[in-house]
Amino acid sequence: MAKKKTLKNDDIDEKKRLELYNSQYLIRVAEQRAYDLFLENLVKGTSHLSLGQEAIAAGFATAMQENDKSFCTYRGHAHTLARGASVVGVLGELMQRDCGLMRGKGGSMHLTDTSKGVMGSYAIIGAHLPMAVGSAWRAQYMGHDDVATVFFGDGTTNIGAFHEALNYAVVYKLPVVFVCENNNYMEYTPIESITAVKNPAADRASAYGLDSIIIDGNDADEVYRTAQVAYSKARSGEGPSLIECKTYRQSGHSRADPGAYRPDGELDHWKKNNDPITRYRSRLIEFGVKQKIIDGIEENIKRVVDEATEEAKSSPVPPEEILTTNVYANGGWAWRN
Amino acid sequence: MAQLTYREAVAAGIAQEMERDETVAFIGEDVARAGGVFKATVGLFDKFGPKRVIDTPISEQAILGAAMGAAMTGMRPIAEIMFSDFLAVCWDFVANEMSKSRYMSDGQLKCPLVVRTGNGGGSRFGAQHSQSIENWAMAIPGIKVVAPSTPADVKGLLAASVRDEDPVIFFEHKSLYAIKGEVPEGEHVDTLGTAKVVRPGKDATIVALALMVPRAIQAADKLMTDHGIDVEVVDIRTLVPLDMKTISSSVAKTGRLFTVEENPRLCGWGAEIVSIVVDELFWELDGPAVRITTPHIPLPAADNLEDITIPSVDRIYSKILDVLR
Ligand SMILES: Cc1ncc(C[n+]2csc(CCOP(=O)(O)OP(=O)(O)O)c2C)c(N)n1
Ligand SMILES: [Mg+2]
Repeated sequence: MAKKKTLKNDDIDEKKRLELYNSQYLIRVAEQRAYDLFLENLVKGTSHLSLGQEAIAAGFATAMQENDKSFCTYRGHAHTLARGASVVGVLGELMQRDCGLMRGKGGSMHLTDTSKGVMGSYAIIGAHLPMAVGSAWRAQYMGHDDVATVFFGDGTTNIGAFHEALNYAVVYKLPVVFVCENNNYMEYTPIESITAVKNPAADRASAYGLDSIIIDGNDADEVYRTAQVAYSKARSGEGPSLIECKTYRQSGHSRADPGAYRPDGELDHWKKNNDPITRYRSRLIEFGVKQKIIDGIEENIKRVVDEATEEAKSSPVPPEEILTTNVYANGGWAWRN
Repeated sequence: MAQLTYREAVAAGIAQEMERDETVAFIGEDVARAGGVFKATVGLFDKFGPKRVIDTPISEQAILGAAMGAAMTGMRPIAEIMFSDFLAVCWDFVANEMSKSRYMSDGQLKCPLVVRTGNGGGSRFGAQHSQSIENWAMAIPGIKVVAPSTPADVKGLLAASVRDEDPVIFFEHKSLYAIKGEVPEGEHVDTLGTAKVVRPGKDATIVALALMVPRAIQAADKLMTDHGIDVEVVDIRTLVPLDMKTISSSVAKTGRLFTVEENPRLCGWGAEIVSIVVDELFWELDGPAVRITTPHIPLPAADNLEDITIPSVDRIYSKILDVLR
């Protein structure tokens, strides 16, 4: 192929592209670090990585405005980081240290940073879809201009709450965006073996009068563009969108899963041919971004994550006195006099 | 006798019943090809095939509803709800449906099914994957509630649950899956509604369940070694039906009652037992009946915090020592 150097920037300008790359790369490095820390036995409890799914978190978060709300699953490190939560806070929570976003009380599955619009990460499948609907109801009711985005997996489309939330959101034309990250698996089970339709989210859209939207979830630009359309629709009072992003989880379902259920070669194929970071890096170069700038971004992120790791490692475990704080609104836990 | 782990005893119990009875089939999320997230059902799919061991979608209402419909019409299904916390998303079927259909139909309908579920803390999974909810189940008339502490009891009580004519919620403790123990060879069927004295003693009675049983035994051993206090430990094994005979005769002998409960304090199962003892055996008691429980808080994720939340050997030991001294 000829050396076709500088494509013109299209609707996405260079600044945005670098932002998108920065966000994806940060998630990649932080998630890899989370995995390394797990191997060092420093991540307690469970953890669910988004390696391979970075473009979705980056694309949506980059399209959001500051007061927008994110509702995540246990696989929520990526979305929390993408909204700008502190890396120390995220890694610290995985390590159950005092510096964690929730001081170790919630753990990796429940990352929350309301100051960044991350309204929590939920570990009971389906629960956070109606919650996002409620956040959108509040926005509509109170005349606020924020949109709620709820991220969930392919497997989640088979629980009742998914269907109730969609119908409800459409009926009241609520400003909520439903984002299905279809990574092909519900834990260890291939999604097509337990779902009535081929595209678990998109093929259900018509049942709720919604457009069937399927996008390449490993292309941050496509995610970003789709997100922008959905947000402007939501903000102009035209109601919800349901977006199915095709992607692939490069890590196990949770920390100890070796992924024995994957067909031979499948993981390698995705890593080699359809890795969102590799793809985006090539695109930046195609668009004439200097290698030096890309290197600069990567080095900076590695430094940030290294520093955060050290800080989290040196943070103490949570003090025992917080065990009984914040059970009730008065800050305490008393249930009798 | 064979040495089995608690998780192997689950698979052995299910296999025993499936071999015996064609109408027993097993459904749940990731239970078949993957052998369950706790690896408690490994081998069943290979042995019994996709007709009888079925991977379901994440559809807990459909899982329990389908189990119930099949049970009403002639099967004896076993359904897995992966973590007991998730029972909340399909609680209608437990609280309003399977527990009441026999009564509402005046005996025309029955629901002989078993809901197996991973219960309890110790895995640092945080507030939505660690709860002990046996007391939720105990609060509903019409269902039976089982929570074994040893591999032998897992197999025997699971078999008894499958054969029972009523719906049974079968709580497996996640922190016990790895333990090993003797399990009788050949067919093993236990009896629901029977508690067991697992450590005889004369000075006080501890009533415990599931993970709290080995902890209570350890605390009792330590009380004996350190202070010569001889504590009897009763493993309740099934909360409904409740074997008050075994509990009462132990309390009548020792004069003191302690409950060790992993469920949070309010309305924990121990409250019911204490109230029965106070009602029926008040004059046998030599002092207050004392409940040792998880405090009334959601469970924290951090290991150091979780360890001071769920009753530990040390906490059981010190509390009993405090009260008896
Ligand atoms: C109500 C409920 N049922 C089951 C589970 C156990 N569980 C945790 S993650 C998961 C698979 C979810 O798959 P998917 O929605 O595709 O999300 P992914 O993990 O692939 O991101 C299951 C079954 C749960 N957490 N909650
Ligand atoms: Mg999935």
